[in-house]
Amino acid sequence: MGLLRVLPLVLGAEAEEQPSVSDVVFGHVTDSKVLELPFSKPIKLPTWNYTVAGHVIDFGPTKHVVWMVIAALVLVVFAWGATLVRGKSLVPKGIANLVEMMVLFVRDEIAYKTMDEHTAHRYLPYLLTAFFFIVFSAGLGLIPYTATSVGNLAVTGTLAILTFVLMQATGIGHQGLGGYLLHLVPSGVPWWMFPLMWPIEILGMLTKTFALCIRLFANMIAGHIVILFILGLVYLLHTPIVGIASVPFAVALFLLEVIIILIQAYIFTMLSALFIGMSAHAH
Amino acid sequence: MSNLALGYLSAGIGAGMCVIGVAMGIGRLTAAAMEATGRQPSAAGDIRTGMLITAAMIEGVAFFGAVVCLILSVKS
Repeated sequence: MGLLRVLPLVLGAEAEEQPSVSDVVFGHVTDSKVLELPFSKPIKLPTWNYTVAGHVIDFGPTKHVVWMVIAALVLVVFAWGATLVRGKSLVPKGIANLVEMMVLFVRDEIAYKTMDEHTAHRYLPYLLTAFFFIVFSAGLGLIPYTATSVGNLAVTGTLAILTFVLMQATGIGHQGLGGYLLHLVPSGVPWWMFPLMWPIEILGMLTKTFALCIRLFANMIAGHIVILFILGLVYLLHTPIVGIASVPFAVALFLLEVIIILIQAYIFTMLSALFIGMSAHAH
Repeated sequence: MSNLALGYLSAGIGAGMCVIGVAMGIGRLTAAAMEATGRQPSAAGDIRTGMLITAAMIEGVAFFGAVVCLILSVKS
C-alpha cells in the first residue's frame, strides 16, 4: 500500500491529500462505520461501547451488518411471499415457481445425493438458509452503494463454524461421543497407524472448516477488487482513453461475478452437506 | 535490496506462481472432463457436477495463496 501511495506523486498528481486508488478500492471493499447513500451525505453509524472481560468492544452496527440485515429481510419477504402467492393450489405459479425450482434443486442435487433421506430432512432448513443467504447477500452487493456482507471474514467464519458445529452434532448424535471419536479414522487402516492418523483426521476437520470460510470470502471479495482496479486504471494512468477498453471489461467481469456467486453458493452448500453426511455414517 | 523491497518482490512472484499452479490444475481437470464427456455424452451432467466441485476447491486453495501475497504486499 505504501508503494501505491507514492505512485500519484511520481506520476505528477496535483494534491498530496488526494486518496490513492488503492485506498479507495480497499476502503470500498472492507467494513466501515459509514453508510453511503445515493443523493445524500453518508450516514455515520452509532458506536455502542461496552466493556466485556476487560476490553472495550464496539457493538454498534457497521456497513456490512446493515446490509446483512437488509439481505435477510429481502430473503424472508421473497420466500414467504412465494408461499403466499402459491396459496393452496398444487401447481405453483409466478414467483412460487422460481422458489420451488431452487428449493427442489438444493433438496435433490445436494441433500439427497450426500445424505440419506432422514438426515436430509433434518438438515434441509440449514442448507437452504445457507444457500439462499449467500445468493441474496452477494447479489445485493452487486448494486452500487451497497456492500457484500458475505465478503466479510466474520460472516463467512460464522457460516463455517455453523457447519463445523453441525458436523460434530451429527456425528455424536448418530454414533455417540466415543463411537464418533473412534470412527474418525476410516476403516481398513491397520491398528498401529491409529496414533498417526488420529491427529491428522482432527486437523483435517479444522482445515476443511477453515477452507470453507476462506474460499467463500476470497471468491466474493476478489471480483469486487478486480472490477474496481480495472476501473481505477483510468485514474492510475491519468488518461480517459483507457475507459474505452476498461468499462466493457468491467461490465463483463460483473456478469462473471453473477455466475461465480451462484457457483460458490452451490459449492458451500454441497460441501457442508458432504461433511455432515460423512459425519453421519462414517462406518 | 532492502527488506521491504524483497517483501514486495516476493508477493508479486508468489501470486504469479499461484496462478501458474491453478491454471495447470484446472486445465488438466477440464481436459479430462471433456474427454470423458466425449466417450459417454449421456453422463455429461454428472461429469460437469464433479468438475465444478473440484475446480472450485482448487480455486479455493489458489485464493488462499493470493490472500497471503496480498497481506505481504500491504506490509509497511
